[in-house]
Amino acid sequence: MKDGEPHDGKTEEVEIHPTPMLDQLEDGPWPSFVTGLKRLRDSKGERYAPMVNDLMGQLNHSYENRKGYWKGGVVSVYGYGGGIIPRYSEVADKFPESKEFHTLRVMPPPGFHYTTDLLRKMCDIWEEHGSGLIAFHGQSGDIMFQGCTTEKTQVAFDELNKIGFDLGGAGPALRTAMSCVGAARCEQSCLNEARAHRGIINSLLDEMHRPSLPYKFKFKFSGCGNDCVNAIHRADFAVIGTWRDDMKVNQEEVKKHVAKVGRKYVIDTVISMCPTRALSLHDDDTLEVDNKSCVRCMHCINVMTKALSPGDDKGASIMIGGKRSLKVGDMMGIMIKPFIKLETEEDYEALEEFAEECVEFFADNALEHERVGETIDRIGLPAFLEAVDVDVDPNMVNHPRTSSYVRTDDFDEEAEKWFERKAEMASE
Amino acid sequence: MSTERVTPRAADELGVPDHIQYMHPTLVKNHGNWDWHDRPRPGVLHHVSKTGDEVWTVRAGTQRQMDVYTIRTLCDIGDDFADGHVRFTTRSNIEFMVTDQAKVDPLIAALSEHGFPVGGTGASVSMVSHTQGWLHCDIPGTDASGVVKGLMDMLHGEFIDEKMPNRVRITTSCCQINCGGQGDIAINVQYTKPPKINHDLVANVCERPAVVARCPVAAIRPAMVDGKPTLEVDEKKCICCGACYPPCPPMQINGDDSTKIAIWVGGKHSNARTKPTFHKLAVANLPNNAPHWPEVNAVVKRIVEAYKTDAKHWERMGEWIDRIGWGRFFELTDLAFTKHHLDTWTGARKSMNTSAHIHF
Repeated sequence: MKDGEPHDGKTEEVEIHPTPMLDQLEDGPWPSFVTGLKRLRDSKGERYAPMVNDLMGQLNHSYENRKGYWKGGVVSVYGYGGGIIPRYSEVADKFPESKEFHTLRVMPPPGFHYTTDLLRKMCDIWEEHGSGLIAFHGQSGDIMFQGCTTEKTQVAFDELNKIGFDLGGAGPALRTAMSCVGAARCEQSCLNEARAHRGIINSLLDEMHRPSLPYKFKFKFSGCGNDCVNAIHRADFAVIGTWRDDMKVNQEEVKKHVAKVGRKYVIDTVISMCPTRALSLHDDDTLEVDNKSCVRCMHCINVMTKALSPGDDKGASIMIGGKRSLKVGDMMGIMIKPFIKLETEEDYEALEEFAEECVEFFADNALEHERVGETIDRIGLPAFLEAVDVDVDPNMVNHPRTSSYVRTDDFDEEAEKWFERKAEMASE
Repeated sequence: MSTERVTPRAADELGVPDHIQYMHPTLVKNHGNWDWHDRPRPGVLHHVSKTGDEVWTVRAGTQRQMDVYTIRTLCDIGDDFADGHVRFTTRSNIEFMVTDQAKVDPLIAALSEHGFPVGGTGASVSMVSHTQGWLHCDIPGTDASGVVKGLMDMLHGEFIDEKMPNRVRITTSCCQINCGGQGDIAINVQYTKPPKINHDLVANVCERPAVVARCPVAAIRPAMVDGKPTLEVDEKKCICCGACYPPCPPMQINGDDSTKIAIWVGGKHSNARTKPTFHKLAVANLPNNAPHWPEVNAVVKRIVEAYKTDAKHWERMGEWIDRIGWGRFFELTDLAFTKHHLDTWTGARKSMNTSAHIHF
């Protein structure tokens, strides 16, 4: 099998690598990336075709030997220290055309909205300068333009930059953020996710483009407790939408729901599943909500989308310190700010300032290769709260300490602060 | 020295782009003003605004790693039906928004004709969240897109329908760093042997103190081998996590005899009902038989079927297991409970049963 067409001024015919392992991934109902790679490989006359041919050869080689053959390196674009993931082949002697196969991490619009016109422009740029292979999206949220030579990296970035796009994060730096579809198309959204997302990341861009933090720092934005972008598990700084006032109940719609699905089913799937026993179904099929006990978990609202919705006094909780296993084990974010109001310009600016303060704390205090959750564990939550000027709150814990190994000689002063804050809040 | 140098273009440091310019106009118009939604059929969401505007979203699976031809096909479909606007979900599904309900069926037909499965909504098994694997990662123990393709072929029927008790989120990861993340089912590489060290290369390639510091159990120490400075591993202490391999490639963790697959269950991101949870070990030491992972797929299938048959409506995988107990889970899935299921890491005590609550 030969593609038989000249490319890049070369006249010799290119041998298509046999890919028996990859060929097995073309049948079945799910879209096949192998079929896609073959379309690129067989694009006669396109400069990326030989590159994709060798890429497929190397990938098949990996399948045969159960081993990866990429190594990292240093590639960047002018003025930036991060955003490119360099990849050099360790088997370039066998597969020379894909010996450099770098990825450009490019920040997507919040909520991953695109026009087809924009996607086509991206395709054209990547067809001209890269491999023709794009991933929507990586686990950090980046658009991954996969497969670029060192020489073409700058020009590929320039072209993407000219259509309004910028590189994302890599290495010990602020990373690309992610937000759910949110207010754009979801009635459960409690904040303008994109506004918070853009506000924070764009005010801290320097930390992304010129990596100088102890390790990575990630932000994620979810509009409600359903946490569709997995912020609590995966973000150093998670913004989770919530509300302070009573949730809204449309009793007529509750009755309609009960009439439609049956009383037992409503009791089994809504009332009994409330984690704080805050719901009760009256004999007339209307719903009683104990809003003081409700924890905004979203379950009943998820089930009865027409009858129930979040309240009006909306904002977000901030949870800090989520990360995956390296090095001390998995961590979820800890509730640090149970509620910040997000409505006015000033509200969003205050959020940005707090985010900046937390990143600054991380830059100044974390050890090398330490995530902020690990820093908090090392120094203790009280020290972190003091550093970022946040008052202690019972929502930060599942329960108060069980260990008596603590020195409490200033307990009365601390208690006084609590009562002062309570008095202040009562007078507001 | 020549003073003539080509100065590269200075980038416009734009940061995160404004999404509004790319968003479907009906979403722009009703931003923050939606009222309720329902799902008229699997793969379709129907959102109604407080102004009465309506939008139907058709969701379809993609291969994530897409060639430009595939993307252009999706663009053609977006132009024909969805006013030239699309969006992606966090699990790499593509969504088309239409304001005329009459367009829904023809849009689904067009997607189906081009091989894009419509589904992934509600109580379905959505697309596997995955990583790069052999295609692009520098430290992978297995592939990502390939094995995920095999998994999604098997789970296709559950993607296009909503017949599960609640949503099922599956992830894969090619090493123990676990970029795929937490999931109802997480399928992760689990190494079973200490790294094999090429002592000739360590001194030149690795920053040795940084590698020593990276080890979670302090099993790495400086050493001299054949007169060369290198590193050695206390194999009795080593937990085979592979954390030393990224900063020191001569400490090869991957190998035919040591790169195995473990399956974890019960991870949950959402706060709905129960608090978010981490996934827990179900089975380890499955062979890494890419591309089709037959042994892995068989276990995933058993777990999905046991959950589908036994869980109550709205229970996620972890909530179902909490109700029936781990003993019943291992029975229903025909998996073994071993000493390796007992956690031994920091905080392990919190995972033990310190009550008289027992499932019989």
